[in-house]
Amino acid sequence: MKAFTTVSSVALPLLEDRIDTDILYPARFLLLMEREGLGDYFCRDRRIDPDGKPIPGNPVDDPRHAGAQIVLTGEDFGCGSSREQAVWSLAGYGIRCVIAPSFGEIFAANCLRNGVLTIVLPRPVIDRIAAQPGNVTVNLQDQTILASSEAIPFQVPPANRVRLLNGWDDIDLILEEEGPNVSAFEQDQKARQPWLYETAQ
Amino acid sequence: MSARTLYEKLWDTHVVRAYEDGSALLYVDRHLLHEVSTPQSFVTLRNKGATARRPLTHIAVPDHAVPTTDRSQPIGDPLAAAQVAALEKNAHDFGIPYIGLTDARQGIVHVVGPEQGFTLPGITLGCGDSHTSTHGAFGALAFGIGASDCATIVATQCIVQQKARTLEVRLDGRPGRWVGAKDFALALIGAHGVGYGTGHAIEYRGDVIDAMSMAARMTLCNMSIEAGARVGMIAPDETTYAYLEGRPYAPSAARWDEAVAYWKTLPTDDDAAYDRSIALDVSTLAPQVTWGTSPQDALGIDSRVPNPDDAPDEGERQRIAKCIDYMGLRPGTALQDVGIDKVFIGSCTNGRIEDLREAAEVVAGRKVASGVDAIVVPGSTAVRRQAEAEGLDRIFIDAGLAWREAGCSMCVAMNADRLEPGERCASTSNRNFEGRQGRDGRTHLMSPASAAASAILGHLADVREIVA
Repeated sequence: MKAFTTVSSVALPLLEDRIDTDILYPARFLLLMEREGLGDYFCRDRRIDPDGKPIPGNPVDDPRHAGAQIVLTGEDFGCGSSREQAVWSLAGYGIRCVIAPSFGEIFAANCLRNGVLTIVLPRPVIDRIAAQPGNVTVNLQDQTILASSEAIPFQVPPANRVRLLNGWDDIDLILEEEGPNVSAFEQDQKARQPWLYETAQ
Repeated sequence: MSARTLYEKLWDTHVVRAYEDGSALLYVDRHLLHEVSTPQSFVTLRNKGATARRPLTHIAVPDHAVPTTDRSQPIGDPLAAAQVAALEKNAHDFGIPYIGLTDARQGIVHVVGPEQGFTLPGITLGCGDSHTSTHGAFGALAFGIGASDCATIVATQCIVQQKARTLEVRLDGRPGRWVGAKDFALALIGAHGVGYGTGHAIEYRGDVIDAMSMAARMTLCNMSIEAGARVGMIAPDETTYAYLEGRPYAPSAARWDEAVAYWKTLPTDDDAAYDRSIALDVSTLAPQVTWGTSPQDALGIDSRVPNPDDAPDEGERQRIAKCIDYMGLRPGTALQDVGIDKVFIGSCTNGRIEDLREAAEVVAGRKVASGVDAIVVPGSTAVRRQAEAEGLDRIFIDAGLAWREAGCSMCVAMNADRLEPGERCASTSNRNFEGRQGRDGRTHLMSPASAAASAILGHLADVREIVA
């Protein structure tokens, strides 16, 4: 997984509430079995009309937001389906950090698995960042956002922060470090709830 | 030990290792896999050279992309066919039990798990699908996950998770005729918003819950994710045990009593405290229907389309205006004057035999309105066969509804079952998001009885007016 330290870019403002995972990645593209190269499908139906033509005025393709690695958005971002393609397409488009007042929980967990930082801030603060000209810089080491000359502190759960800073992968981490703990858990559980090991071993 | 809630008991009994910030490495007892959310998981596993730690704790079954028409033919869509073939190969290569498309046990993961007795009280269960909250109806700690976590569970039987806060949702009173679990779920989200459960594990309690069938409990827990809660649970009781006893994966005779004795320790202790509590009196509730593109846009069927000018603030005014525009509605229109093009009865929310019986009772001896295209898609092949044994298929076909094979179908619109742009659907599914049932499609969520009544009348309908 890609480590996250600092990201600096213009911000992509998607300042509406409840941008769900069906908007982020429409279901019909779930038939694709790739996880790389999905950036073209990010918010697809907001960007491309049914005839395949670009939809004018959509913020994602606005040249002022070209190169954005940071999304500023509203409540419940990523609510709905658990499809990790929502994160893969967002990351494939180039986004490394999403700032919102609240997130769909499964989406936020999926972001963490893919080195995408989710930051929770009140909406007025997000609107203030969106109003600043120039680049926004997100520093996970210091847990600070720099927008114009304003420094805004944020907090992420410590374990998440360490994972992101190091780019750790869950499978590697568990297989390398937790094997004996998992085995001990299973032995104990098997003694207490043997049916869980008899019907499906 | 101090008093604990159902969620806290399940959490505590599955912590392999607790981290300092409240998250934990959690043991996952059971895992369901479907074709759409797992191809990339197995790529990860192969790249790492990982194997399945306990292959028999998983079941793989195709449901999302499968056709609901003739099963004797190969899948027509080459992408869907490749995805189903990949699931079968991946299951085979990793030793995971696979239920194929023509297997009598096939169906939607969240219908199959309970039917097979794979879902049990007291377990943790993961699945790459947000509606995994359904299994909480059995007193299981069940949660939706992404493809990365599916891979992690196959390889390690564990997942890293933040502990949720606890939220008690009490349902009291006596519901009127034709008002049930789907209406309760929509009314709760309508009243408290789609984010009311975010960060929380919901536990549904109260007299209304005690009296509910397992099917109704599953409908209610299923919709927890539409309230933002990854987990929605109901404590196991005699109804739960009666449902599970004798099912293929349930503990065998020798272990059954032992398991039940353990399950009886799971309900929330009398003096345990929840982080938050809300309540709903269902006595005066009308059948619910959504008018917008969020499940929180739910109102009684006797209501009107909201007027943006009545919104409490400018942001909400704009949102309502945008929703109404997308939905092709006008402010102030009576919801029952809104004509429909299609009806979908099915999904992991409302595709069980009880749901189909309810719909059949409404359409029996009646005809679907002309110009309305209505389909009934059973949640599983077992539900389909049970319905056929009861003659429900004849009732639907005689009334003019199409009778289909089991799958997710028009809830996720990944197969041929979908809305054309601008089409309007009365749907028993769980999401009315923009484009959810097909690009530019318009979805109105409702119960099976309400959707059936809408099919007959050709507009969003109050079932109470056609069947007393």
